Amino acid sequence: MKQQSRPLFEVFVRSKRGLDHRHVGSLHAEDPEQALEYARDVYLRRSEGVSLWVVRSTDITASLESDVDSFLDPMDDKDYRHATHYKLPDEVDNM
Amino acid sequence: MTETSSPTDARLATFEEKVANDQRIEPGDWMPDAFRKNVLRQMSQHAHSEVIGMQPEGNWITRAPSLYRKVVLLAKIQDEGGHGLYLYSAAETLGTSREEMVQALHEGKAKYASIFNYPSLTWADIGMIGWLVDGAAIVNQVSLQRTSYGPYSRAMVRICKEESFHQRQGYEATMKLAQGSAEQKAMAQDALDRWWWPSLMMFGPHDAESAHSGQSMKWKLKRESNDVLRQRFVDQTVPQAEFIGLKIPDPDLKWNEERGSYDFGEIDWDEFKRVIAGNGPCNRQRLQHHINARQEGQWVRDALRAYQRKRRTRDLPGDLPGNGGQR
Amino acid sequence: MDAIQNTALVNYCIALGDDSLTLGHRLSEWCSKGPFLEEDLALSNVALDFIGRARMFYAHAAELEGRGRSEDDIAYLRDCREYRNFLINELPNGDFGFTMARQLMVDVYDTGFFTGLMQSAEPQLAAIAAKAVKESRYHLRRSEEWIKRLGDGTGESHARVQNAFNQLWGYAAEMFEMTADEQLLLEAGIAVDRAGLQSDWDAKMHAVLEESTLDIPAADWTIGGGREGRHSEHLGYLLAELQFLQRAYPGQEW
Repeated sequence: MKQQSRPLFEVFVRSKRGLDHRHVGSLHAEDPEQALEYARDVYLRRSEGVSLWVVRSTDITASLESDVDSFLDPMDDKDYRHATHYKLPDEVDNM
Repeated sequence: MTETSSPTDARLATFEEKVANDQRIEPGDWMPDAFRKNVLRQMSQHAHSEVIGMQPEGNWITRAPSLYRKVVLLAKIQDEGGHGLYLYSAAETLGTSREEMVQALHEGKAKYASIFNYPSLTWADIGMIGWLVDGAAIVNQVSLQRTSYGPYSRAMVRICKEESFHQRQGYEATMKLAQGSAEQKAMAQDALDRWWWPSLMMFGPHDAESAHSGQSMKWKLKRESNDVLRQRFVDQTVPQAEFIGLKIPDPDLKWNEERGSYDFGEIDWDEFKRVIAGNGPCNRQRLQHHINARQEGQWVRDALRAYQRKRRTRDLPGDLPGNGGQR
Repeated sequence: MDAIQNTALVNYCIALGDDSLTLGHRLSEWCSKGPFLEEDLALSNVALDFIGRARMFYAHAAELEGRGRSEDDIAYLRDCREYRNFLINELPNGDFGFTMARQLMVDVYDTGFFTGLMQSAEPQLAAIAAKAVKESRYHLRRSEEWIKRLGDGTGESHARVQNAFNQLWGYAAEMFEMTADEQLLLEAGIAVDRAGLQSDWDAKMHAVLEESTLDIPAADWTIGGGREGRHSEHLGYLLAELQFLQRAYPGQEW
């Protein structure tokens, strides 16, 4: 008998104040509220975080590997967006 | 679908290049069908092992000899369940649901670590499971932190971080017995006698006879061979046994100066095969326990779904909104 | 503090420890048997909270008593008649609905009780209560949510959980009956007036059951006696398991 799964949720944890939420894994729950409760038991058993997000896995839209050429690579020729592109005199090197 | 039939040459080359360069393969990436199957088999087997592994230790929660040992044991078993969940979660990135994996387990199509088909008879078994079984698992898992499938590798990193206390608590509990009364020491030795060989079996067949090893090594799913990992486990464990005055039940065990390692006796491969084939002391019991829990929980899961359906039609069309993450 | 009051306080701590240990024991029995993996982990967390609480109460009792007993001596070396827990905590788990119905009744009680105990004139009790009340609020969130979902889920889940409340309801009364010891401690500002917790408990239970489409069971029977050591037959078996190693190998360290 094939059983219907409870929806999958992705879990994000802010490990401490001042940091971004980071993806840590997923879990199954019937709804977002329940997912949030279980995220505590599943991913924060050792006080690993100060804040949790959960989001339905199906609500995530991801870029595709096959698109990398046209979608992400064009960004890699723009050195001028990086601080190291600019050579400044040593006297002001901490800019 | 087979690898050779599709116009995959370019994609296969990209895939192989990533593996060669020690880059991780991520869920959205193209991967050979056989790789997908192999990594799914390995992860689901690992997940099932964590979850079935809750049973032999769970057998002693209510009988733990002190409240301290009780909370340590319960927290540890809970961790194992958590690790099973991390691994199911990693495996689900390949598009197979946890339900399907559990179904395969119940139908005998998926395996779990054979070690959990041995019974935990005395309290000393609990120490031994932590020290030897977790010890062996950690040797394997540390190596798997560098496995080529990204979600698996990340789950391993998380698991290794959490498991460091598991082996230590097992050794500590064993040490307490070894240093206790004559009865307690005998209890510990008896447990070591029973768990030693099955622990060595955890690393699987010799490299020459391992069905999946070659391909897994080539894909860097496995990073080190069964025999290499087994030797590492023996070398680290023997001195630990000596330190607390317990005797490893192997007459052939001796230090090999030349190799800088211990030589050890041959595993009883007939027993290994018998237990894998489903005829160990507890195979049927372990699987039935899991099936029973699943069946007894069916009405609960049905209720959750029914409640959710009612709430949706009652309160709102479609899904309930989140709170915008309160970012 | 005089000797009579100290003895009363030791007994008070032991009874609170017994409540926590017996229910923690029952909850720990769920490990590897939960309806799904996430809930299995959550149940273990709750069990750990209760057993942790028991350790704090016993350790404090042992210290106040000053007779060299340890937390484990108190937990492992007393027989059935010396245990002082409410009967509701020792009852076997039944199905998941029964476990959660019991949990709701206890969590509502605990939330009120520990809020009161935070005001205790005895600093260590107040400190334990401050920790316990945070745990209990979370437990209550869980059990309340579960009862709503089971009560208003399927016909079967509704019937099961309704039956559980019908079986359990009469065990609530003893949670609100003060013992003589407690009366003494209440006058000293140490104990909580449990009789005073009942109206809030009734109101909360009624609200949750109503929202869960469940009927309030008839309150025409009560069973009590836990605080006097008059237990159900179930406790003996619970203790037989709990205490097995300490009884089979007396005086050993583990």
